[in-house]
Amino acid sequence: MKRRHAIGLGAAGIAGAGAGFAASRLLPEPSAQAADPAAEAIEFYGEHQAGIVTPAQDRLHFAAFDVITSDRDELIDPHTAAPPPPPRRGGAHFAGPGGASGGDYYAPPDDTGEAQGLPPSGLTLTFGVGPGLFTDADGADRFGLAAKRPEALADLPGFPLDDLDPAISGGDLCIQACANDPQIAVHAVRNLARIGFGTVAIRWSQLGFGRTSSTSLAQATPRNLMGFKDGTANLKAEDEDLLAEHLWAPEGDGAAWMTGGSYMVTRRIRMMIETWDRTSLAEQEAIIGRDKAEGAPLSGGGEFDEPDFDAVHDGAPAIAVNAHIKLAHPTSHGGARMLRRGYSFVDGSDELGRLDAGLFFIAYQRDPATGFVPVQQALAQNDVLNEYIKHTSSAVFACPPGVADADDWWGRALFE
Amino acid sequence: MRHHRIAALAAAAATLAAVAACTEEPAEESADGPIEVVASDDACEVAVSEAQAGTVTFQVKNEGAKVTEFYVYAEGNRVMGEVENITPGLTRELIVELPADEYETACKPGMTGDGIRSAFTVTGEAANLTEDEALQSAVDSYKEYVHNQSTALVEQTGLFTDAVIAGDIETAKALFPVARTYWERIEPVAEIFGDLDPKVDAREDDYPAGPTDPAFTGFHKLEYDLWITGDVSASAPIAEQLMTDVQEVVARAEAEELSPLQLANGAKELLDEIATSKITGEEDRYSHTDLWDFAANLEGSEAAIASMRPVLEERDPELVAALDERFAAAWAALEVHRVDDGWKLHNELSEDELQALSNAINALGEEVSKVAAVVAE
Repeated sequence: MKRRHAIGLGAAGIAGAGAGFAASRLLPEPSAQAADPAAEAIEFYGEHQAGIVTPAQDRLHFAAFDVITSDRDELIDPHTAAPPPPPRRGGAHFAGPGGASGGDYYAPPDDTGEAQGLPPSGLTLTFGVGPGLFTDADGADRFGLAAKRPEALADLPGFPLDDLDPAISGGDLCIQACANDPQIAVHAVRNLARIGFGTVAIRWSQLGFGRTSSTSLAQATPRNLMGFKDGTANLKAEDEDLLAEHLWAPEGDGAAWMTGGSYMVTRRIRMMIETWDRTSLAEQEAIIGRDKAEGAPLSGGGEFDEPDFDAVHDGAPAIAVNAHIKLAHPTSHGGARMLRRGYSFVDGSDELGRLDAGLFFIAYQRDPATGFVPVQQALAQNDVLNEYIKHTSSAVFACPPGVADADDWWGRALFE
Repeated sequence: MRHHRIAALAAAAATLAAVAACTEEPAEESADGPIEVVASDDACEVAVSEAQAGTVTFQVKNEGAKVTEFYVYAEGNRVMGEVENITPGLTRELIVELPADEYETACKPGMTGDGIRSAFTVTGEAANLTEDEALQSAVDSYKEYVHNQSTALVEQTGLFTDAVIAGDIETAKALFPVARTYWERIEPVAEIFGDLDPKVDAREDDYPAGPTDPAFTGFHKLEYDLWITGDVSASAPIAEQLMTDVQEVVARAEAEELSPLQLANGAKELLDEIATSKITGEEDRYSHTDLWDFAANLEGSEAAIASMRPVLEERDPELVAALDERFAAAWAALEVHRVDDGWKLHNELSEDELQALSNAINALGEEVSKVAAVVAE
């Protein structure tokens, strides 16, 4: 009775994109042959959600959802969701028991089908809830959850030079889908959105490519579209003590349901590519504070040497006081650190023929009030880079701890 | 409840079929004589609220100032019979075959909305139907709907094209979305005839030369003349051709045999129409009367689903519950844009309002897309 399953999923609502839905159903199983590590599957279950310290994959499809139901049961009831289907040939899981082509001939396929024959490709799905899930614009408690809203999940303050488009900002829920094959990431978001019709609706979504940060010592530092290495000083998966201090919300840190979770800030940062490209190398390096070839701080040494902000060249600071790495450096903000996991984007070109391109910034932290907010305040006020960038979208989400096993689901401790 | 449903299916086979009829002539008397209905702009007084199973005749007198319609609905808004276009002062009859069940009667002054409803109970005996008979009765019930809509389509298109030919631009503009309502309700049936649909309903981008292409005919060409050029001095041949084409579509539709699968797919296609061309404002780009078409597509989809309701109730009651919920949500999303007996213009809606409509149609469409496999079982 395939249809019943499908109805169950729909009604599971957040099923759509959230708590009640056993996300594992869209995650491929590890395949037998391990020829290409980039094609492998990533473990979904665990203490923390995958897709945070997981070595950053190459591609992103990020989707923010509005919850359009006002029925709490519809939003959170996981019991109407169908049990996960058995593993399929080739190891991949598809949406619905009928999959892409195994269902009723006269019914639309349960799964949209474009992932057939593709390997798991390192897919991770990371789920978060936004401030709007708790209270509406008038402050009314939407689903009886208002008392559970963590203090750290606050709307971000406005920053100077913000040029935010509300249509591509915020959201009640989010899914960050990362994979080494863009088709795998898109497949996941597309099927989750379809399952969620009537309960949740996509508010905005963003494709990304070319990870702009390394989240593991095993990864080389990639370059962003300005041509500079990005994420040299990022938190890394191997820095367990730093992760405990700066990334994961510990017990006693506020809302109990967030213990082992992390707070995500996203910013779509448009780059004025054309003007940046006609800026001299000297000025580009001075603005960033690193050399373009190696990524070494202008105070000397190699890429991973700490910048020396006191170093002086020819009577002037080697790294300008308003250079990007100076303003963003943890020493300028009481030592607070973030784990950045952004991606480049090119959304075609604008009406003037300029590339609509930039950085889709994603950062995870224990508390945005001590992580992203002070850094962005400093950058927005003083960064010379502002001449070449524009923040066009902004959102903040609380990403709960990991899903323990097949009986558990995203955000269970919040909703139960 | 299940018993009740099956009983309702009952009479369908022999009777339900295509027995609803409307005529201005006095019809053969039903057992207890005709039931008088007095319709006005704000009331719908049905003389009795009960009848015996079998042929029931309603005599509907319009004492209001608005054109009205009279319906008999079974559960889920399944139309058992209807009489359209009862102009002020007119009395028309509805003869309908009703098996024992609970029904609702409705007058629709202004021909829009849910109507003014009353409960109507039919008691008596009826026999069980086979599955095949149940499916056939779904098709027959829908064909009856198509017949009624076709009749009104011809009448209203005639009024609209007459106004164009007479050069009465204001009247023609007012009648344009009304005539299209009947077209849009049954468009999947019209689309069976691939050659006629474009002649009646093509849009300018279907032609190389756009709106001035000599091959561009039908509703939207007249819409262009009325709203964009404001000049109908050369539009009479287009209007006459539209009338001829609509009559041809209707004649062919009446003769067409339909299958349950076509009903199910038609219900889905109507929602796809909304999702792709009404929400975007492409359909009525000159007049911006897209919400009229939106409502008509939604009504047509609901009517096709309603005709199959007994079969769906039997085979998949959970799906029926989901359909009811999603249809209600879609209507709720649309209702906020009602203005008197019509709708706001598409260009008066905000992005957020269009988004809410889109969300409701996506949610509904997913459920309606499951119906075909159920009736094809």
